[in-house]
Amino acid sequence: MIREDYEVIIGLEVHCELSTKTKIFCSCPTEFGGEPNTHCCPVCMAMPGTLPVLNEKVVEYAVKAGLATNCKIARNSKNDRKNYFYPDLPKSYQISQYDMPLCYEGNVQINDENGNKKTIRITRIHIEEDAGKLNHDEYGRGSFVDLNRAGVPLIEVVSEPDLRSAEEADIYLRKIKSIFEYIQVSDCKMQEGSLRADVNVSVRKKGSNELGTRTEMKNMNSFRSIVRAINYEAERQIGELEKGNKIIQETLRWDDISGKTFPMRDKEDAQDYRYFPDPDLVAIKLSDEYIENIRKELPELPEVKKERYINDFELSQKAANFVTSSKYYSDIFEIATEKSNNPKAVSNWLMSDVARILNEKEEEADKIPFTGEQLGELVQLIDKGTISSSIAKKVLDELFENPKSPSKIIEEKGWIQISDESAIKEVVLKVLTNNPQSVADYKAGKDKAIGFLVGQAMKETKGKANPQILNKMFIEEIKNM
Amino acid sequence: MEIYELTAHELIEKLNKKEITSTQITESYLKRIEEKEKDVQAFVTVTDKNALEQAKEIDEKIANGEQIGNLAGIPIGIKDNICTKGVKTTCSSKMLENFVSPYNATVVEKLNNENIISLGKLNLDEFAMGSSTEHSYFHPTHNPWNLNKVPGGSSGGSAAAVSANMVPWALGSDTGGSIRQPASLCGVVGLKPTYGLISRYGLVAFASSLDQIGPITKDVEDSAILLNMIAGHDEKDSTSINKEKVDYTKSLVKDVKGLKIGLPKEFIGEGINEEVKNAILEAKKTYEKLGATVEECSLDIGKTALAVYYIIACAEASSNLGRFDGIRYGYRTEKFDNLREIYINSRTEGFGPEVKRRIILGTYVLSSGYYDAYYKKAQRVRTVIKNEYQKLFEKYDLLLTPTSPTVAFGIGEKVDNPLEMYLADICSVPINIAGLPAMSLPATVNSEGMPIGIQLIGKHFDEETIFRAAYTFEQETKFREKYQPKFNK
Repeated sequence: MIREDYEVIIGLEVHCELSTKTKIFCSCPTEFGGEPNTHCCPVCMAMPGTLPVLNEKVVEYAVKAGLATNCKIARNSKNDRKNYFYPDLPKSYQISQYDMPLCYEGNVQINDENGNKKTIRITRIHIEEDAGKLNHDEYGRGSFVDLNRAGVPLIEVVSEPDLRSAEEADIYLRKIKSIFEYIQVSDCKMQEGSLRADVNVSVRKKGSNELGTRTEMKNMNSFRSIVRAINYEAERQIGELEKGNKIIQETLRWDDISGKTFPMRDKEDAQDYRYFPDPDLVAIKLSDEYIENIRKELPELPEVKKERYINDFELSQKAANFVTSSKYYSDIFEIATEKSNNPKAVSNWLMSDVARILNEKEEEADKIPFTGEQLGELVQLIDKGTISSSIAKKVLDELFENPKSPSKIIEEKGWIQISDESAIKEVVLKVLTNNPQSVADYKAGKDKAIGFLVGQAMKETKGKANPQILNKMFIEEIKNM
Repeated sequence: MEIYELTAHELIEKLNKKEITSTQITESYLKRIEEKEKDVQAFVTVTDKNALEQAKEIDEKIANGEQIGNLAGIPIGIKDNICTKGVKTTCSSKMLENFVSPYNATVVEKLNNENIISLGKLNLDEFAMGSSTEHSYFHPTHNPWNLNKVPGGSSGGSAAAVSANMVPWALGSDTGGSIRQPASLCGVVGLKPTYGLISRYGLVAFASSLDQIGPITKDVEDSAILLNMIAGHDEKDSTSINKEKVDYTKSLVKDVKGLKIGLPKEFIGEGINEEVKNAILEAKKTYEKLGATVEECSLDIGKTALAVYYIIACAEASSNLGRFDGIRYGYRTEKFDNLREIYINSRTEGFGPEVKRRIILGTYVLSSGYYDAYYKKAQRVRTVIKNEYQKLFEKYDLLLTPTSPTVAFGIGEKVDNPLEMYLADICSVPINIAGLPAMSLPATVNSEGMPIGIQLIGKHFDEETIFRAAYTFEQETKFREKYQPKFNK
């Protein structure tokens, strides 16, 4: 826990690979994977004499991202060269944007860990190219350069230092990921490196208005490590300050195994990138009409969706929040609701069981294997009394393993609920005989005892009996005893 | 008369009339190369075998009556910083001594489409940085008019080869005068087209905002024909302009009546050799005689432009040459224990002193703390220079200046004095800064028989007026009929 008398100040630089089909300055595919150096050409390999040509889709996607995060869009911007030597950077400069980013002065709304609304300001969003990858040979035969990723388009979303805890940073990052998924500009797959973040952390005594010296942790690529790294780094800084030491402004490397940060050997801050406008590219000029057309095409954004769910479907604030937290959830929610006409039940399934299973699998909503149609059918089957909710849970497990129509699943597995009283009368009588105490309890006015009896009967029928019918039958049978 | 003495348009005519074959033309040039290369040293690579094979193929096609275009079978020489698939592109640098490009430059594709035959790759100052071709890693090129003199640079190999009849015409590149100055020093015609007229794709970049490929030819007509071939928008070069195609040969008319020519007095003032100055004044008289008006005007930008040029060109070069890092292609040092040493040693051993000087200069002017004072300021002054030209072009159709302040200087004379060498570009550099088209064409020779060129500068994308004025001047003065290089030793 961070000490009460300190405040943690966090700013994030989120790098997000755009899901355009081709690279930012050539027509190579952006597809993830592939044998090393098979998705490249003379341009992205920086052969002498080659020239970049800006992919217009990249500008379109970045403008989309800017509009979705309430940014202003620059009518005039340009590409700049960031010069440094590294083997994964074939031109020895990265084409990025320096002083005239495409989007600026935006913000996103989040609900902090206490559920309070908070605005996180976005300084800027700019476009740039990704570098290649170095594969270090495990036998020590050196490093191998793979340029498949070189030239894949990125946007960098820079936030103001408005975040005050690791949890808030986590919520903000998830929000950014969710927005970009909604507008379909990025896959935002952290495990594939299409979403990475540089984290800036500083601490100060509560009540102080001055920012402390910050440190930067680069290329973090999981939510969990970001949270851990921020907490570790904040505590480390507080520790240093309490010892009377000063914080050194530096770039740190987060080591996930030891759970500690270490100074990078290369002093990043000593780097002079010698930014200057790329003379191979022309200025990016956007008309009002171009921007308005993109704005018109923007899909419904999560904040608006949330309000609509609360108003139209009477979802609770919490449920609406959850369901709109990911495009994958809300897509399923909308289709399942359309099918079942039971939005509350659908949102409950998503919030409780679906989220729990994903959590157990350590996966995100994009990994849900079944369709909204299938979840809708599941809810329908419960509502029609064809299956009990306990059977439904088994069907859901099955949907995760081997997704297909729930009615087919219950038919194949023989899980159809028994509502025919004559078929379960025998079970009811058997349960009554075996549980005289419960019968006595009920008679003595303890209504809860019925629940126990129904549970026993469900066990006997392996969950197939309709619990409402069982309930009714037990009451009648005891009355008749 | 030998075949190699003909201009390209004369060769085209004879070839189309079937008076000669492509094989005969190619053999004639290869023989000439064999004869003169030891003295001139214009080439880095001669592709004799390829050239002869291609010529034979084309002759067969002509014999079979196939439609292959009326330029097919004419040879050419290509500056060795223009990428050619399958043939080394060295930039006359140790760094790229054995480099073979996996693709063709757009201009090379265009030549291939016309079935033009490459005789080989021509020498240059390393990475086109220099004004004498002495900064070639392989060997200096010698001026055919006097083998002890430099041919100029950086396209010295191209200009010397054309001048010595070792190629009918050649491609050069011009960042601050690299086509025009050697053309002037070698008595041939060199055109730097408007920035954006010709695709730079495949030209190994020196300074991206200044570089432009252009023709070096024996006469003005050849220049127009070659420009027709290589001009035009290219999707692969964002800085190439998409405009309607022009047939430049239509401008080859002997008529300058009513043409208004400005003669900036600063360009025939201090620092300009007296004989060069007289050649310009002589040209003024010629144009006036032919019905043009030539008026003295003022363009006081010389030294400023030179400073702006060396800041911008070096800044861009320092970044453009970063890719030569010893990792993927080109020279890699054998002495390294870590990554840092690969970089430092490969670049220290692979680049020559002039290239290193410019990388260091460029790195300096882009460094934080110096950027505003140098690079940013230079960009602002660049705009001022552009505007100065703009103002003159409101009054004049063309500007007339020397191409080079002097005739060819001696080999070794300036090579150790970079500042003096940089002054050789003082008349040509401002044109690149403003992105304007300009042609150097031979006017006369000095008392020692060395050629003097005049420079005609046009408005943006108005190469046509340059061609008209140059053609008229050439028809009137007949330099080529009067003077030929003598290979003096």
